[in-house]
Amino acid sequence: MSAFSVGEQVPAQEFPVVRADLVRYAGASGDFNPIHWNERFAKEVGLPDVIAHGMFTMATAVRVVTDWAGDPGAVLEYSVRFTRPVVVPDPQGATITVSGEVRTVREDGTAEVDLTATVNGSTVLAKARAVVRPRGGSGD
Amino acid sequence: MPVDQSFRGRSYPPTRPYEVGREKIREFADAINDPNPVYRDRAAAQALGYADVIAPPTFAIVLTLPAGGQVIHDPEFGLDYSRVVHGEQRFVHHRPIVAGDLLQVVVTVEDIRVAAGNELITNRADLMTVAGEQVCTAYSVIVGRGTAS
Repeated sequence: MSAFSVGEQVPAQEFPVVRADLVRYAGASGDFNPIHWNERFAKEVGLPDVIAHGMFTMATAVRVVTDWAGDPGAVLEYSVRFTRPVVVPDPQGATITVSGEVRTVREDGTAEVDLTATVNGSTVLAKARAVVRPRGGSGD
Repeated sequence: MPVDQSFRGRSYPPTRPYEVGREKIREFADAINDPNPVYRDRAAAQALGYADVIAPPTFAIVLTLPAGGQVIHDPEFGLDYSRVVHGEQRFVHHRPIVAGDLLQVVVTVEDIRVAAGNELITNRADLMTVAGEQVCTAYSVIVGRGTAS
């Protein structure tokens, strides 16, 4: 396996999200905040509609890295800033588009990958970055 | 109402041990629509060198969200939960979470800052096995919108 190189592209992917995904994520994660499934409640607190859990968007965005790396355990660090909610209207939902690029390769061979996540062309995460272990590294 | 600044540096007692189940990992992977076999198939995980299926990079939130709730819902801390939004999240993995892990979480209020009338509270959650092995450190920035005054 080759070493990481600065500027290397992480293949972009598109991830559709509909209401049922948010209900399933609420159950699996234990985050039952009604802004993520109850349209009436979301609008009462000033949101345009139900919004995705930030942690759902965070989990979705790193897929481009884990698919690219092959081993999800190669993700040593992962951080994001939540800048804009992902609004999920019923029934059409939304599509999160994610791409990535190796910005830095550290002396030990680990890569810092910057991620871009957008919905309808608007960025929904800022400072989204994953630190990835060198290819062919130990699995444990 | 501002939060109690004296909470900076305060740690909460370890949470009760949580056993990471193989089916819980599968359920979480299903919920993020990720079909990766390393989250479901022990043989696929072992082929990568792991003892059992591993958890996705953000799985730790299943433990750290309720653990962080100790701070957010602590009446002594004084945060208005109705104004809280999740500002930032960071995970530092010392190793992947593996099915069968028995984990506890210690939450520490690492920082409290004020910016533009908002309070930014950084909580650090240290996930460790009951034997004391560090597994993951998760940092959450919680924003209290307009709570600074």
